[in-house]
Amino acid sequence: MIHRYQLGGFNIVLDVCSGAIHAVDELAYDMIGLYEAQSREDILRAMLEKYGGTAHVTAEEVARCYDQITQLKDSGQLFTPDTFAPMAGKFKERSEGVVKALCLHVAHTCNLNCSYCFASQGKYHGKRAIMSYEVGKRALDFLIEHSGTRRNLEVDFFGGEPLMNFQVVKDLVAYARMREKDAGKNFRFTLTTNGLLIDDDVIDFCNREMSNVVLSLDGRKEVHDRYRVDFAGNGSWERIVPKFQKLVAARGGKNYYMRGTFTHANPDFLADIRQMLDLGFTELSMEPVVCAPDDPAALTQEDLPIVLEQYELLAALMLSREREGRPFTFYHYMIDLTGGPCIYKRISGCGSGTEYMAVTPWGDLYPCHQFVGEEKFCLGNVWDGVTKPDTQGEFARCNVYAKPECRDCWARLYCSGGCAANAYHATGAITGTYQYGCELFCKRMECAIMLAVARAAGGGQ
Amino acid sequence: EMKHIVTLETRANGGCGECQTSCQSACKTSCGIANQKCN
Repeated sequence: MIHRYQLGGFNIVLDVCSGAIHAVDELAYDMIGLYEAQSREDILRAMLEKYGGTAHVTAEEVARCYDQITQLKDSGQLFTPDTFAPMAGKFKERSEGVVKALCLHVAHTCNLNCSYCFASQGKYHGKRAIMSYEVGKRALDFLIEHSGTRRNLEVDFFGGEPLMNFQVVKDLVAYARMREKDAGKNFRFTLTTNGLLIDDDVIDFCNREMSNVVLSLDGRKEVHDRYRVDFAGNGSWERIVPKFQKLVAARGGKNYYMRGTFTHANPDFLADIRQMLDLGFTELSMEPVVCAPDDPAALTQEDLPIVLEQYELLAALMLSREREGRPFTFYHYMIDLTGGPCIYKRISGCGSGTEYMAVTPWGDLYPCHQFVGEEKFCLGNVWDGVTKPDTQGEFARCNVYAKPECRDCWARLYCSGGCAANAYHATGAITGTYQYGCELFCKRMECAIMLAVARAAGGGQ
Repeated sequence: EMKHIVTLETRANGGCGECQTSCQSACKTSCGIANQKCN
């Protein structure tokens, strides 16, 4: 299977199952499109009819181009068959029972009242709660006990607003650091915050202990303050931006993500990216809102072409700023074509419900943070472990080859079947597909690959 | 000779499992395994 597309002035061909990426001219682009459907003679005739009047395009040249395509096919770089399906699920079978990452919900409460919040203002459709040190300590012990031979363990402090329980966050990090040497583990901590409670103590702590911090900022002041308000209805933009700037400067401008949400109110999110850049932030992530379809913030079909165009314009902006010596990163465009995840990881999925779980303030285990509050997905707790193996089994069997809609999609080895929570909320099944999200993902991958081609070509466009 | 096709230079017991869990990295809402790095 191949995927052909034209973007940024390039003709790009991705060989889906080898991962090979080709930049081709118009002749090869057309020829590759016909290669599997027509005979050599018919293709050569059609190409000569179309390009015969073009300089240098002789019958010999057309034949040579055809032979080059055949050579690439024979060397496993075009039209490569999919041989990965039998391997799907093997990685999870082999690592059954191993947990390597936890999302610790240290606070089911928040000091903001964002109406678009998937976690219902941090309460996850339940009551307000704060994780105790004892529950958090037990969660870390659970992680170490169930991590098998994994050395790298990840803990994200999440909420709600995790800084509303900052002392417990600090104490849990200290406990993990105390245990990691004897346990032979390497803890990687991250923290997601709305910024209101950032002070010098928080900055010092984060820069010492957090390998990454995720900072919530939606971009333009009027966009941000539309949804991100406190309980008195006051916007938060003016209060948090100086705090974020101070924290990022103290981190040397690295190892953070300015994470925005775009909604029906701002499908033109590139303006928000530009605002972040103007504020001095360069590590950026802008995500589509996750909410019920009838929510006023929900993206609509009318928004889709606008959003897709914004992704293309964003890629062009990245290239132009790179040429000017003012680069920035966008999370979804950062694909490493020489050191990315191996095929075994790609066909296994994100690990939710198996190697990755969320822990509630009272110690219950859920497949991931987006399932918290959905009682039927509760897997167990940090004292007894997984007590509902059937539910966990559904997640263990959930991979890209378990989703019928994914089998013919060119991007399946990049999204790995996508987000189980998004699929569940869109279709009622974790093996479903969230089609709107798929369209956005495919466009992001097209842009990311185009950027790689442009850089290889020396800047492109 | 015309160059019709330029191929980019790109690149595991079935995987070690040490790579970062994708949803822990940035967005927490739209998984991006392709954005992770490998050992």
